[in-house]
Amino acid sequence: MKRRKTFAVLVSLLLVVALFGTVLTGCSSKTANNNGGSAQKTESKPILIGGVAPVTGPAATYGKSTKQGYEMALEEWNAKGGVLGRKVKLVFEDDKADPTEAANAFSKLINDNHVVAIVGSVTSSCSLAGAPIAQRAGVPMITPTSTNPKVTQVGDYIFRACFIDPFQGTVAAKFVFNNLKARKAGVIYDIGQDYNTGLAEFFKKEFESLGGKIVAYEGYPDGTTDFNTQLTKIIDAKPDVIYSPNYYNDDGLIAKQARTLGFTGPIVGGDGWDSPDLFKIGGDAVNNCYFTNHFSKDSKDPKVQAFVKKYTEKYGEAPDALAALGYDAMNIMLTAIQNAGSTDGAKIKDALKNIDYQGVTGHIKFDKDRNPVKSAVIIKIENGKQTYVTTINP
Amino acid sequence: MKGKETVQNKKIPLFKKRDFQLLVGTVIFWAIFYTLTKFGMMNLYWMHIINVSLIYVILTTSLNLINGFSGQFSIGHMGFAAVGAYTSATLTTIVWNLPSHGVGPFSLFILSVILGGIAAAFIGFLIGLPTLRLRGDYLAIVTLAFGEIIRVTINSIKFVGGPRGIPGIPRFSSFTVIVIFTFLSVIVLRNIIYSSIGRALLSIREDEVASELVGVHTTYYKVLGFTVGAFFAGIGGALLAHLIQYINPLQFGFMATIYVLIMVYIGGVGSLSGSIVAAIGITFLSEGLRLGLDKLDQVTPFHVGPEWRMVIFSVLLVATMLYKTNGLMGDMEFKVLIPEEEDENAKHGA
Repeated sequence: MKRRKTFAVLVSLLLVVALFGTVLTGCSSKTANNNGGSAQKTESKPILIGGVAPVTGPAATYGKSTKQGYEMALEEWNAKGGVLGRKVKLVFEDDKADPTEAANAFSKLINDNHVVAIVGSVTSSCSLAGAPIAQRAGVPMITPTSTNPKVTQVGDYIFRACFIDPFQGTVAAKFVFNNLKARKAGVIYDIGQDYNTGLAEFFKKEFESLGGKIVAYEGYPDGTTDFNTQLTKIIDAKPDVIYSPNYYNDDGLIAKQARTLGFTGPIVGGDGWDSPDLFKIGGDAVNNCYFTNHFSKDSKDPKVQAFVKKYTEKYGEAPDALAALGYDAMNIMLTAIQNAGSTDGAKIKDALKNIDYQGVTGHIKFDKDRNPVKSAVIIKIENGKQTYVTTINP
Repeated sequence: MKGKETVQNKKIPLFKKRDFQLLVGTVIFWAIFYTLTKFGMMNLYWMHIINVSLIYVILTTSLNLINGFSGQFSIGHMGFAAVGAYTSATLTTIVWNLPSHGVGPFSLFILSVILGGIAAAFIGFLIGLPTLRLRGDYLAIVTLAFGEIIRVTINSIKFVGGPRGIPGIPRFSSFTVIVIFTFLSVIVLRNIIYSSIGRALLSIREDEVASELVGVHTTYYKVLGFTVGAFFAGIGGALLAHLIQYINPLQFGFMATIYVLIMVYIGGVGSLSGSIVAAIGITFLSEGLRLGLDKLDQVTPFHVGPEWRMVIFSVLLVATMLYKTNGLMGDMEFKVLIPEEEDENAKHGA
């Protein structure tokens, strides 16, 4: 009796496994046929492009903008007749800004959807988890916004559309020293985020090599809302400028608390400042602040103006840097496929290496580490508005 | 009562019939999926998800030992996984500098995983010693705090990349490796649960004061259970690191622990089988929703975005908790996971 029961359980388990197996086999062979079929048949099928961004979780606002950027670029190409005479279709996956989820999403897009190329992900940690999968499968990948230098070092199939942390920190230091004529700077940064520590580090390095002095270098733990301890220390050291390379929610509070403590000088930050919510949090305190960014929607460039107009009409909000980078990254990838004249991964990769593309975030060419050589813009915040100050070339 | 005594005095032999069935079952499971992947009949995505789900089996069963079987409430479990992941990844990637495509001295990898487990167990022991004198909510708060302390500490260690994490970890966690580790973890945990240690832990869960009165050294057993749980969490973390090939401290935060905790409670507190079912089920559900929404998006005229995945996922979790309050398995076990001596025990009504 007992034995029979165990046997029954074993058999049913086996059945389930077998059933599962066949279902999966069915699925995969079907998709294999879709892609591996004869050339004439696939001619009319759309080219699948994978898109990854966090549309839920802590970086959801970034993911939303980036995704809208992807979609707009894709629509424009389809309106022009597609790529290689075929329509392009976006297969989008959410990664919740979590590396494990990102690995799952990349694996699904490559192995289940058989995408030709991947545009994503947004955060560096997710791109670092996804990149090895793309590299192993020989699927070209371009991340729009991951600034960690390590991302493209994963392999020769991995590219990026944004500048890297060292560049942004260096540009900020140059601007503070040369344009704002500051000689003493205080730095406040989140020690729990790679982006923040990276920018702070390279700002310090460049500012000191230019001859400036870092009078205070204060870190705070993730999730801090009261910055008085760090700010008091910094302001006591009498800096001309405070460098706060953090995300907008922290920056708004930092600016507010710094002004309350009597600091009137400029506060400078990085592209993490670029959010409409900065004004909601910071209010008047963010006046006389500057930040480095990928693009300015006030730029006179007609290409930028056309993009801003179209985007605003479509989504009812002005594009931020993430939307612009998402748009550029998708355009770069599709241009590369067009240039390669093929959907073969290796050929797209070679086309990407030699690309010369004028995007809304600047003129993009890749260096030998597959990072773009491009310019940064400086934006000033005055009375709840962003104004374009200058463009700094590398 | 007589039955119980005999069980306690008798040693569980290395190979009994059910152990054999479990082993054969695992080998068949391994063989099926291994062959399917080898001959390209199953795509690598599903292979990846199976790997992830098996690692979650290790994490969930080990947390169940602490939360389910010994009745403590720990919510810092991923902190131990972080210790394991960082120890082994630091060894393989930074110290020994093994190439990232994962061919190389395999024994070093196994050594690093075990050292990862030992490091996690050691930290678990250090944390358990003072904190396990606390009970209920207080213990929960302290374990939460310690989980965060581990994370923040790793954040500030430059050598292991701080918040940047460790990229380029060699990909050693193959399906075979993961299956072997999962099998061993489940077997060891089962043996502990049905040994005198397990009995002591159960008695502590049911009534700590009463078990102390009959001579169970409660703190000793609680710390022991906690340390063993931490050891396997460390193993799970180490395997995860060598599967995803990238780790950073944020991965092992509070929400990650909650995810494992959900699996323990959905599966059933005090049921290894439940933990196994829930770990595999929830991982597949979460991924299956990606495909489900893809299909739904194609057949429905309006746009169904991937944003809905987490909404549906949460609704399903709430529904399960409402209709299956004790979890999917309650405190029942699959028969293959119960040592045969227990049948005798049940006959005597102990």
